[in-house]
Amino acid sequence: MMPSVATALQQLRRSLAIARKDIRIYYSKGPVVIFGLLFPVFLFLSFLIGRHLTVDFMMPGLLGMILFFTATAISPIVVPWETMGRTLERLMSCPVANGTIILGDILASFIFGLGISLVPIIITLALGVAISSPAILALAIILGAFCFASLGNLFSIPPTNLPATANMIASVVKFPLVFISGIFISLDELPAWGQAIAYISPLTYFTDIARHCIAGRGHIPVAIDILALLAFSLVFLVLDIKLHSRTMPKRI
Amino acid sequence: MSSIESKSDLAIDVESLTKYYGQFLAVDHVSFGVKKGELFGFLGPNGAGKTTTIRMLTGVIGLDEGTASILGHKAGSLQAKQVAGVLPEMANAYPDLSGWNNLMFMAELYGVPVRKAREKGAELLQAIGLFTRKDDRVSTYSKGMKQRLILCMALISEPPVLFLDEPTSGLDVQSARFINDMLRSLNASGRTIFLTTHNMDEANQLCHRVAIIDQGKIVAMDAPEKLRLATSGMHSVEVSFSEPVNPEALAKLPGVNAVKTLGDRYRLYTTEPGELVASVVNYSCSIGLKIVYLNTLAPTLEDAFVALTEKEVK
Repeated sequence: MMPSVATALQQLRRSLAIARKDIRIYYSKGPVVIFGLLFPVFLFLSFLIGRHLTVDFMMPGLLGMILFFTATAISPIVVPWETMGRTLERLMSCPVANGTIILGDILASFIFGLGISLVPIIITLALGVAISSPAILALAIILGAFCFASLGNLFSIPPTNLPATANMIASVVKFPLVFISGIFISLDELPAWGQAIAYISPLTYFTDIARHCIAGRGHIPVAIDILALLAFSLVFLVLDIKLHSRTMPKRI
Repeated sequence: MSSIESKSDLAIDVESLTKYYGQFLAVDHVSFGVKKGELFGFLGPNGAGKTTTIRMLTGVIGLDEGTASILGHKAGSLQAKQVAGVLPEMANAYPDLSGWNNLMFMAELYGVPVRKAREKGAELLQAIGLFTRKDDRVSTYSKGMKQRLILCMALISEPPVLFLDEPTSGLDVQSARFINDMLRSLNASGRTIFLTTHNMDEANQLCHRVAIIDQGKIVAMDAPEKLRLATSGMHSVEVSFSEPVNPEALAKLPGVNAVKTLGDRYRLYTTEPGELVASVVNYSCSIGLKIVYLNTLAPTLEDAFVALTEKEVK
């Protein structure tokens, strides 16, 4: 049965309350700082040094990596952390749907991703690189942050109460995605099979939009990129809610 | 509790509630009703099904068979959760948030307007003596302080029904007494309270009625004193003399149902512990021995279970 508009709005407000709680608690946690902030910068630098890349090629990749890592930094660990801290049962007994809890956790990651993405944007502008379509880039950042936050939440579906286990699962997926998403090597330079693999990664579409907006060229039409990010977001969100609703009671 | 008239008086209505964990039947077709304004105790040893039952009633886990409703709302629905305050077993407040922020977070989840939440939050923290520590992180609170805060979190929305899963478990005497006094006061103000505990004395002091659950089934449900009467044969007097005596001689004292030797002590089971104490004193004088230890023991929960489950079998 579909909830009424009033119920949906009420649950959305409660999701925002959960997101605020997550922000207060988890932004300063070690795994978030390490995997969300330090790691993408150092990983990017390790690939950058010794390669003669242009700034307009480099910055979309850096933006994509930072958004991807920051938006997937919190969402995998919140539910395991709540389980470990014995706060999940109380949360589940409150008048909030499982989807409300999950959306709240996703929103916390989404906001984290949005905020930190400003850093590479400012660096880009400071380096004198023009952003040709700021509105499209802003839309892509919003969509990308939500998509990656939803993806991150999928990593915590196995009912573990150890945040490190969720992070390990996340790393197994996140690192290969970074290498196949056109961040370090342009999609144009990839062989056909490489491009085929790249299309299964949502990060590919975000990086491609960023290239359109910063370097003025991309591999895929922008409209397709946006539709792909929307589709990935929707699929991840539905999977998050369905699968977490199944595994949440097993955590108690 | 099945007539339409009586159902309207029920705050909690449970019919044939059942839960399986794989092949294991954790709660076996349990039925009961809790009247509005009643303080209802749910007793049982660890693993009896108390927590599983409360989790089904509070919507944390689904039920496999049967029905349950809270003030007419299906258990687990948002409406049922909205009218219930919950203190889960082993629950924690968020240790990285202050006591105040924990309370306000809970108020947001229950949709309490901000001004009302602040007024109620301050009132509750004053009442439990935590107002001066409200801005401190919960990680700096003692266990008793945390438990009082968690009870406040269950009360911030002023719910008409409270589910409390072993609220005094592991607390010192003062904290446990404080919480029990608070429960009495909440019940006196009209709230329905569903309380699980394995402490029979606590249930006896607090509850209007109790149900005893064992191996997923309710084996008895009545007023606490009536249940205690069922176990009155399990009262005992424990005594130790300056020298060993013949247990058979003790068994012949008036009112003794059975004798158990425990090291240098003798435990005499009786229905009349007061009269037996006098008999034991007379006996010690008659054989010229001193009493070095004498104590009367009320039935334990285990005693109650033995008596009640035997009665069930009969």
